[in-house]
Amino acid sequence: MSSKQHEWPLWEVFIRSRQGLGHKHSGSLHAADAEMAIQNARDVYTRRQEGVSIWVVPAEAITASSPDDKEVMFDPANDKVYRHPTFYKLPDEVNNM
Amino acid sequence: MSPVEMNLEARFDAYVAEEKKIEPKDWMPDAYRKTLIRQISQHAHSEIVGMLPEGNWISRAPSLKRKAILLAKVQDEAGHGLYLYSAAETLGVTRDQMLDDLHTGKAKYSSIFNYPTLTWADMGAVGWLVDGAAIMNQVPLCKCSYGPYARAMVRVCKEESFHQRQGFQVMLNLAQGTPEQKAMAQDALNRWWWPSLMMFGPNDADSPHSAQSMKWNIKRFSNDELRQRFVDMTVPQAELLGLTIPDPDLKWNEARGHYDFGDIQWEEFYNVIKGNGPCNKERLAARVKAHEDGAWVREAANAYAQKQKAKKADATTHAA
Ligand SMILES: [Fe+2]
Ligand SMILES: [Fe+2]
Repeated sequence: MSSKQHEWPLWEVFIRSRQGLGHKHSGSLHAADAEMAIQNARDVYTRRQEGVSIWVVPAEAITASSPDDKEVMFDPANDKVYRHPTFYKLPDEVNNM
Repeated sequence: MSPVEMNLEARFDAYVAEEKKIEPKDWMPDAYRKTLIRQISQHAHSEIVGMLPEGNWISRAPSLKRKAILLAKVQDEAGHGLYLYSAAETLGVTRDQMLDDLHTGKAKYSSIFNYPTLTWADMGAVGWLVDGAAIMNQVPLCKCSYGPYARAMVRVCKEESFHQRQGFQVMLNLAQGTPEQKAMAQDALNRWWWPSLMMFGPNDADSPHSAQSMKWNIKRFSNDELRQRFVDMTVPQAELLGLTIPDPDLKWNEARGHYDFGDIQWEEFYNVIKGNGPCNKERLAARVKAHEDGAWVREAANAYAQKQKAKKADATTHAA
């Protein structure tokens, strides 16, 4: 009973819930290799018909944006209201454009 | 605490107070992280150890249908353990560390699982009462401030409701069966009722960490509030079964709009937590044995993966 035996690597699991939709993050799990990760993902994340396709990605392969950069990255979009259709007030005749 | 940290903490508190979610890489106070790691890992351990009392009846279920249902339920609990361990891992603790803490007795799990499952009726009482109480505790956690925990709880809660319903159905079948079967159901209710009420934890006055957890939006309702809700919900269900809740002080209080109920034997609760429940040793031993018996599988899978990786690397080098 020791922590010397090293853990299987961590995988992130993405599931397509039905044909036509994109894969969405469902959770994570440990597995020795990709094949086992797919099998384990099937067993834990699709027991109730939650999916028709599974992606597994080694967690360490994911590059994430840093929470510290949140403002720098996403705030500039705040004041660009002209990117939204509602910015344009048009005559009633064409307003459902 | 440095002025910078105090500032961060004030911002954190304000952010959480607005019902916003914290994600793994966000700054959080150390105590918040520690509280979550303790709570989520204990919760995960409870799901895993919770498989043992029910696993006891899989091979003895009275029909193939009941066996399939029980298998599915126990498999769900394994999944719940996994979702929760994963959520805890996002806070920086490793799976191995958590398992070590469980196996060495350093970490706790819900004391309810230290009671034995003596008859088939216990499968009914456990689903109805134990999963019922768990749901009562877990639903508010779906809105907890820590994103990964909240998301794990949404999955768990979706899966729990069948657990309680199948348990109630087992009780219903027994209660409507022969006098012996009904007596068996009553006996199970007698043994599981009080431990189920203890699942909500100590009375509010004796629950020192609750206030902080409430402030952090980890906890939404107090132990006593949830316990009262559980009693109010369960009493009519017991009446429907035609069974008697083993509490002479239980009665409807018109003025409060709630059921009054008797005092809980807290010495028993603390005694079980301390390791002196009927099955503490057996549960831990079973868990450790399962882990140790599985060691060669984990090592073999690792060795195979390493070999495949080496082979692949080799093939790439030669192709170049
Ligand atoms: Fe569960
Ligand atoms: Fe359950």
